[in-house]
Amino acid sequence: MAPKQKTQRVSRNPDLIRGVGRYSRSQMYHKRGLWAIKAKNGGVFPRHDKKPTISAAVEKPPKFYPADDVKKPLVNKRNHKPTKLRASITPGTVLIILAGRFKGKRVVFLKQLSSGLLLVTGPFKINGVPLRRVNQSYVIGTSTKVDISGVSLDKFDDKYFGKIVDKKKKKGEGEFFEAEKDEKNVIPQEKKDDQKTVDTLLIKSIEGVPDLKTYLAARFSLKAGMKPHELVF
Amino acid sequence: MPFKRFVEIGRVALVNYGKDYGRLVVIVDVIDQNRALVDAPDMVRSQMNFKRLSLTDIKIDINRVPKKKTLIEAMEKADVKNKWENSSWGRKLIVQKRRASLNDFDRFKLMLAKIKKGGLIRQELAKLKKESAV
Repeated sequence: MAPKQKTQRVSRNPDLIRGVGRYSRSQMYHKRGLWAIKAKNGGVFPRHDKKPTISAAVEKPPKFYPADDVKKPLVNKRNHKPTKLRASITPGTVLIILAGRFKGKRVVFLKQLSSGLLLVTGPFKINGVPLRRVNQSYVIGTSTKVDISGVSLDKFDDKYFGKIVDKKKKKGEGEFFEAEKDEKNVIPQEKKDDQKTVDTLLIKSIEGVPDLKTYLAARFSLKAGMKPHELVF
Repeated sequence: MPFKRFVEIGRVALVNYGKDYGRLVVIVDVIDQNRALVDAPDMVRSQMNFKRLSLTDIKIDINRVPKKKTLIEAMEKADVKNKWENSSWGRKLIVQKRRASLNDFDRFKLMLAKIKKGGLIRQELAKLKKESAV
């Protein structure tokens, strides 16, 4: 073993010139904490007792070891930044969906979910777009706004739209071939009700503005001579 | 066909290129065969190439290189702004600007209005046809 390298001790009272320190005697008295040496402390410098180390429960050595060294993945402590909402999108904005099954549809933006996705609705009755999440990069925000005050949206979060995980049933041999027939994707009744409660208020405010209902019902598309980069939305 | 618009002092022109694009200016002096000295109420008098100028029908009565004040007076006297906005050229530019500023909902409403107008015209036309046929 190599001998321990000595680190040079740095004086806490550096010399200004030889024989004269930076700090006075009384300053050093305070700096060194000599005031704490008192009879009630036993006449010595008070110190914390060392914590008794809790001896870890003795683990049994594993019976088998992996043949190769398996690297442990590094710990990732990063937190994702919350997604910034585009400035043109505010609650109630009419959006144009650009991709997917509903491309070209004009929908109403309700709120941003914690995952950064946008909660939108057609409303379903007007143009067939249900309560749905979309990424804001697949969307154009227009300057048209719908009044959505009074629509309660507390119920909706990312979990609401998640897949329903149902436990696998153990199947006997006999029902193995027949069981999968009657399991169709049926929209649960409560989701239909949620859609209705959101839409009724929304449709009322939409009908207050002339032509807005037909506007939402119509699909957006580029016509000849329309330059999307020069359009105002 | 003879020319009707000439490069002359007091000729109003439209800038069709550069940072002054779309501005109405007045030719106050001709520097050489390529450049004119132009001025407008809201700009610093400067030289400009003739290639950047489109001459209009409007001409105002000024002397060579007038002061800004006299230029503004002369422009008001000749009613340049009104004349320009009532000319078909000026009106076209205004309409273009207005159309470009429409948003998506406005364009949709415009489309509805057009459909409505077409329907009315067709109705009236059918009526007239029926009358003339009898």
